[in-house]
Amino acid sequence: MIALLARDIRLALRAGGGFGLGLAFFLIVVTLVPFGVGPESDILTRIAPGILWIGALLACLLSLDRIFQLDFEDGSLDLLATAPIPMEGIVAVKALAHWITTGLPLVIAAPLLGVLMNLAQPGHGWIFVTLLIGTPALSMIGAFGAALTVGLKRGGLLLSLLVLPLYMPTLIFGAEAATRAIDGFDNTTPLMMLAGITLASVALLPFAAAAALRINLR
Amino acid sequence: MSAPNRTRQARDNINWLWEWANPVKFMWFSGLVLPWLAGLTALVMATSLIWGFFFTPEAVNFGTSVKILYVHVPSATVAISAWFMMVVASVIWLIRRHHVSALAAKAAAPVGTVMTLIALATGALWGQPMWGTWWAWDPRLTSFLILFLFYLGYMALWAAIEDPDTAADLTSVLAIVGSVFAVLSRYAVNFWNQGLHQGASLSLDKEENVADTYWIPLVIGIAGFMLFFITLVFIRTRTEIRLRRVHALELRERMADA
Repeated sequence: MIALLARDIRLALRAGGGFGLGLAFFLIVVTLVPFGVGPESDILTRIAPGILWIGALLACLLSLDRIFQLDFEDGSLDLLATAPIPMEGIVAVKALAHWITTGLPLVIAAPLLGVLMNLAQPGHGWIFVTLLIGTPALSMIGAFGAALTVGLKRGGLLLSLLVLPLYMPTLIFGAEAATRAIDGFDNTTPLMMLAGITLASVALLPFAAAAALRINLR
Repeated sequence: MSAPNRTRQARDNINWLWEWANPVKFMWFSGLVLPWLAGLTALVMATSLIWGFFFTPEAVNFGTSVKILYVHVPSATVAISAWFMMVVASVIWLIRRHHVSALAAKAAAPVGTVMTLIALATGALWGQPMWGTWWAWDPRLTSFLILFLFYLGYMALWAAIEDPDTAADLTSVLAIVGSVFAVLSRYAVNFWNQGLHQGASLSLDKEENVADTYWIPLVIGIAGFMLFFITLVFIRTRTEIRLRRVHALELRERMADA
């Protein structure tokens, strides 16, 4: 499994465009927002946590179809399916690899991009913390969506349609936790809910995703 | 009675139910009851709508606009029930592999979608004079919008996959996982914003209920919309079964030609 993790990370880093693309997309989304809503700094401050969360979510979405698609096309997914590790483990490792190559860079970049959005002072830390807690759920839910659509020729658009509604609770609690902390309120509840969603997704969704993959490989 | 004997008896007791999952038997039964069901639906819906529209007093604070209630509440109830029915049918398909079950889930989705849309549209029409806005990010409204998105995703997945059994399997998995997230979204949205929407119109808690004069036609209305839903699902499931048969015949013909 560690070998699989190393292989996936290496592939993501070397096979062109996968790794930096999400980050660049995140940067562009955050750059576009002030053009849309105007450069007034107090408006930007108010919407900053939400925009950063939405930007990270969309950037995460961008690379989801890569989780299984390439392996499905060249047949290595069939080999993995017959390997002596359970399908659930493969799904979990691939989601982890996606998080390390896409989610983690976004988490690290978000506080820096917060400067562009005129994020209020304690916000940088909180954006980092909430994204760190929330993005594993985004990767895992995305892996489930990718497993559902892996057999389709043009599954990309469908994948977004399926995954975005599933992202809603994570986004609500993540952005709420960050906003409350910045406004100086107690944010224990949304933070706990966010952590709960992440833990439950990581614990349960590999089974659903593995079932979907088995159906697709049948 | 010994224990294995008892389990066998329990199995036999439930087997009569599964026999209805035989497509031939389902076609026979649904063809038989469909005219009666459709007639009953028309009768109950007409009763509730005519009673509701013409023979209930206008509410003090609401005026005539209160009468949209008789479309709004039943369609919203059916919209949620349809999803439940799809999840149950999906689980039955995954466990027992009855094709009628999978096709019924597929048949229910567009009906549920339209009901969600009707609930949203009548709600907007009602909200305009009452709240002064077509739309507010109220928890109930938002949850329904999310439900609508779930329906769209479900139908899109059915449409995208060519092999019917694979499509049935994958949409079933999506329906089950989706329901968990739909419930989660409901709580998240409740947490996220306070609402304009009034509380439950109907509940077992008497305190919350609307007055009796509105209550009786409303309950009849919900029954009517439920019957309407069942009728439509029957018709659509029959169409799906026929579609499968035509498909199978075409395949056979092509095989004979080759």
